[in-house]
Amino acid sequence: MTDDIARAAGHTDPPPRMGFFTDTSVCIGCKACEVACKEWNAIPEDGLELTGMSYDNTQGLGADTWRHVAFVEQRRPLGGAASGAGDVDVFDAARDLAPAPGNGELRWLMSSDVCKHCTRAACLDVCPTGSLFRTEFGTVVVQEDICNGCGYCVTACPYGVIDQRPGDGRAWKCTLCYDRLGVGMEPACAKSCPTDSIQFGPLEELRERAADRVAQLRAAGVDDARLYGEDPEDGVGGDGAFFLLLDEPEVYGLPPDPVVSTRDLPTMWRHAAAAAASLAALAVVSFAGRPR
Amino acid sequence: MSGAPRDAVEGAGRRRRRRGRGEQAVVPDAEFASYYGRPILKRPRWRPLDIAGYLALGGLAGASSLLAAGADATARPALARTAKLGAAGAISLSLAALVHDLGRPSRFLNMLRVVKPTSPMNLGSWLLAGYAPLTMAAAAADVAGRYRAVGAAATASAAALGPAVATYTAVLVSDTAVPAWHGGRRDLPFVFAGSGATAAAGLALVAAPGEETGPARRMAVLGAVLELGAFQLMKRRLGLVAEPYEEGRPRAMLRAAEALTAGGAALAVCAGRRGRARAVLAGTALLAGSTAMRLAVFHAGVASAEDPKYTVVPQRERLEARSRDGDGRP
Ligand code: SF4
Ligand code: SF4
Repeated sequence: MTDDIARAAGHTDPPPRMGFFTDTSVCIGCKACEVACKEWNAIPEDGLELTGMSYDNTQGLGADTWRHVAFVEQRRPLGGAASGAGDVDVFDAARDLAPAPGNGELRWLMSSDVCKHCTRAACLDVCPTGSLFRTEFGTVVVQEDICNGCGYCVTACPYGVIDQRPGDGRAWKCTLCYDRLGVGMEPACAKSCPTDSIQFGPLEELRERAADRVAQLRAAGVDDARLYGEDPEDGVGGDGAFFLLLDEPEVYGLPPDPVVSTRDLPTMWRHAAAAAASLAALAVVSFAGRPR
Repeated sequence: MSGAPRDAVEGAGRRRRRRGRGEQAVVPDAEFASYYGRPILKRPRWRPLDIAGYLALGGLAGASSLLAAGADATARPALARTAKLGAAGAISLSLAALVHDLGRPSRFLNMLRVVKPTSPMNLGSWLLAGYAPLTMAAAAADVAGRYRAVGAAATASAAALGPAVATYTAVLVSDTAVPAWHGGRRDLPFVFAGSGATAAAGLALVAAPGEETGPARRMAVLGAVLELGAFQLMKRRLGLVAEPYEEGRPRAMLRAAEALTAGGAALAVCAGRRGRARAVLAGTALLAGSTAMRLAVFHAGVASAEDPKYTVVPQRERLEARSRDGDGRP
């Protein structure tokens, strides 16, 4: 069972594995989670920038952003309205805007992204110092007093979550509010979410709730609803923080089929061993040639 | 779920990519969705010179240890000394580059607070912790001309670890989410092995007298064949993800690496035992070629992480292949 990872990591008698279910279908893009996270975890300010691409000026997860709300605006291009800017028949344009059968309306997708607390976490696997560790709650946390800023985790995470903080040098990411969990509180982002888009709880329970929610949405005709990261059979063994999405994952900046790189370690070491043997053989041949 | 593409306003939807500079298409232009064209992966934070230097110097050291042992065994004292000093110097600089790249260099020794088989950087640190002192003992005994037994044992042990030192770094970079590195996991160790051999041969040609460098010249040719051959295999296997090697900086580095390595190896053969100047030129070209190859690999990896195309398209293809084969998930 993937949920015995805390036990596998050496915790005796751990509590149930805790996680997030982020239901993006009810997210209103208020960014309360981003703010609550920054406040609670005392994350430094990392620049105020207007991207011009949407209401998303945060841009992505990083060393100083542990919750990130993505904004996606979608619609069908309006055939007639594209020609001649000065001279548009607004009534025609309005008629074109009327919902075409299927999908014609403008829609907003909003989604609060976070570290996935992978069952098989690449960041944790490759960390050479043991700074990254698996908590008793099954989450993945950096120990800041041990991290030496080697940056290996940054290149290993298949979701592009963890990053090094400039000036500080160490790696930082979501801790799933390890300190709050320790005293029985829920993480700051889930606490602050006004629509319950971010739900926190035992992973087992969240998976059931999520399956119900998808079924409910599909029954209501929302065919695009799908779960992302809930499958314990996927390339990272399932996420401790998973999502309900309304479009393909890549539209939200998520990889469609992430894989933990260490899955291929045996192959890699085998090839390296063969290459090392070739190098040794090459040297022997070089000396075995004509004596000169 | 891979149904009809939905249209979307700029960025947050499908987009087409141009290819740079009229290159021949390896694979047809891919159409894919992304979040405003932003990368999915984080850009590796490693500094190019530190990490490419760490890779190149490790290769130079590992293969030099082989040359040193061979030179000892075949009574080529000048070649042996060059190779021993080269191995010790290169591995010291390699370690210095690694430490310099850390966000917290003073915590370097935290690398050795655990033994962690899932982390190639951890295992590599343990390997270097064993290997570096051996190269220094070998070089010191040679220069001092004393403690011959210790020196011989150190030389032999360093030679035993040398091939691993030259190739583990390929596992280190492949064990990441970076598409061009992870995709090259089967061939990269051979590229690095060949590149280490040409570098060590290059150093020997520069610094050792012509009567003793016969093995180095042969090593240069064999290493160049291994390196460039494995690289071609890797490019073929990478498919779409080989594109970054044909654009911008990685392309320039790669062309330089190919020209310098092939040219250096050819010149090394022509130089023969006499022709000191030619040997020095050949050796310099080989050393520069090996470094350029590591820089090309480094920069191509960074470029492949920075464009969401190389993350999304191969993963989409994998999903589609899987759903075609009917094994479950969308
Ligand atoms: S999402 Fe990335 S940073 Fe988070 S646990 Fe998984 S590999 Fe680590
Ligand atoms: S940067 Fe820190 S947390 Fe990340 S792999 Fe290196 S030591 Fe571990």
